[in-house]
Amino acid sequence: MRQSLVRIGGILTRYLYLHMRSMPRLFEIFFWPVMELLVWGFVSVYFQSLLADPATRIAAILISAMIFWDILYRSQQAVSIAVVEDIWTQNIVNILVSPLRLWEWLAATFIYGFFKISLITALLSAIALTLYHFNLFSHLGLFMIPLLVNLLFFGWALGVFTSALVIRWGHSAEALIWGIPYLVQPVSAIYYPVSVLPVPLQWVAKGLPSTYVFEGIREVTKTHTLPWNYFWAALALNFIYFLLAALFFGKMFKSARNLGRLGRLGMD
Amino acid sequence: MESLIVTQNLSKNYGGVRALEDLSLEVRRGEIVGLLGPNGAGKTTAIHILLGLLTPSSGSASVFGLSPLTHRHKIAPRLNFSSAYVQLPSNLKVLENLKIFSKLYNIPDAPKKIASLLELMDMTSLASRITGALSAGEKTRLNLCKCLLNDPELLLLDEPTASLDPEMADNVRKLLKKIQKERNIGILYTSHNMPEIEELCSRIYFIHEGRMIAQGSPEEIMKAFQSKTLEQVFIKIVRSGDFVVKEPGL
Ligand SMILES: Nc1ncnc2c1ncn2[C@@H]1O[C@H](COP(=O)(O)OP(=O)(O)O)[C@@H](O)[C@H]1O
Ligand SMILES: [Mg+2]
Repeated sequence: MRQSLVRIGGILTRYLYLHMRSMPRLFEIFFWPVMELLVWGFVSVYFQSLLADPATRIAAILISAMIFWDILYRSQQAVSIAVVEDIWTQNIVNILVSPLRLWEWLAATFIYGFFKISLITALLSAIALTLYHFNLFSHLGLFMIPLLVNLLFFGWALGVFTSALVIRWGHSAEALIWGIPYLVQPVSAIYYPVSVLPVPLQWVAKGLPSTYVFEGIREVTKTHTLPWNYFWAALALNFIYFLLAALFFGKMFKSARNLGRLGRLGMD
Repeated sequence: MESLIVTQNLSKNYGGVRALEDLSLEVRRGEIVGLLGPNGAGKTTAIHILLGLLTPSSGSASVFGLSPLTHRHKIAPRLNFSSAYVQLPSNLKVLENLKIFSKLYNIPDAPKKIASLLELMDMTSLASRITGALSAGEKTRLNLCKCLLNDPELLLLDEPTASLDPEMADNVRKLLKKIQKERNIGILYTSHNMPEIEELCSRIYFIHEGRMIAQGSPEEIMKAFQSKTLEQVFIKIVRSGDFVVKEPGL
């Protein structure tokens, strides 16, 4: 176990050095989320001003939705970009032949994602507070923790799924890293409640853990409390998706090993 | 001498392509064995099977008496691998890369180990260079540093000198010979550079289109093909198209 921790630490050190060595990468952690928050923040403030009734709290709903969407997106990205980074630098075979186990590798990418997201959340909430006088922490209170846990978890599952595709199909699947989150975005009820979706899509939405998180955020905004059945539903679904993603990863890894793709990752 | 690698009738098909056919070879402790053949002969395929990166279609492979597919975690700490086509992350410093891999290999007292390897490879002054800025020769030496971090009993080297000029390739060969003598490790070395193999290897497996054409010491093989150099053997084999398996000395 101690040996595993050292190896996981090795991979984390790799990501740490990567960001220390590369200004664009350090910058990139913050750039997109901040730009997105600026646009959405001002849009929300404008919408709010159009509504006479401040009790609608439209700005609060949109800004918190945007920040949480970013958490899901970045959590998935951290896992798959970490994997693809070693494909780009032709280092992946060095990693695959080292004593590092697959689960240790994935665990390191999860921890990496967690750190990345903590930084982004802190920065975005600071910006929201300064520019829009919106305090995410006082708005959501301690409910933030269960909400965040479920999003992070779902992001990991999506990240493992996309990494599996990249390991199996190489460069041609890389675009999916940025695409997959947008596949779940419309059916996760992020900026609007599930009820506005057509009925068939409502069913799809109800099968995604992210939906319960975003519905939960709106409930907290309205009623100042989080219905716990939302939390448990999301958690249960997350376990299922995570298990499926892990099985899929194992299957794709074996398939890549069979087809001779594993040793040639990054060379095509 | 103890066997580090044993394969029996190892075959690999990629869809319709027969990359390897009935390859049986052995590498023992303390010997440098050459896996020789033209481009596309199946050398990398064989190495990848031994590393557990590739599932063979049939036949068996064992490393330290274990299957690379099912016991990779037991095998990996005891061997290492380098290839001209695999690099350490180019955007990190030399020392950073070695630190990372010393963690992945659970090396105790890593700073000391890294310092001594940099010294051995004559790279101490390059420790804080960005890896991507190294010359091809320096990169190869860095890859070899990484290879020796875990004091491997076995090295799998896939065309490690492919991107080097003759002088640098010569340095690397001398170094490998020295390491092999001092540490009594086994090395499986692939190349299509005949003089290199002649100089370095005590035994050779010559493969072409996935099949074993000849095996033995360089001298035995040259004799069997009535050639003065391995290069002549190579050209004879590739041009003849008639692959009689010759097993001189066996
Ligand atoms: N992943 C793969 N899919 C299909 N064919 C492959 C794959 N890898 C190698 N081959 C083919 O198998 C043969 C042997 O390749 P390889 O082992 O790389 O040869 P060498 O290393 O001796 O140059 C070649 O014909 C090559 O094109
Ligand atoms: Mg090759």
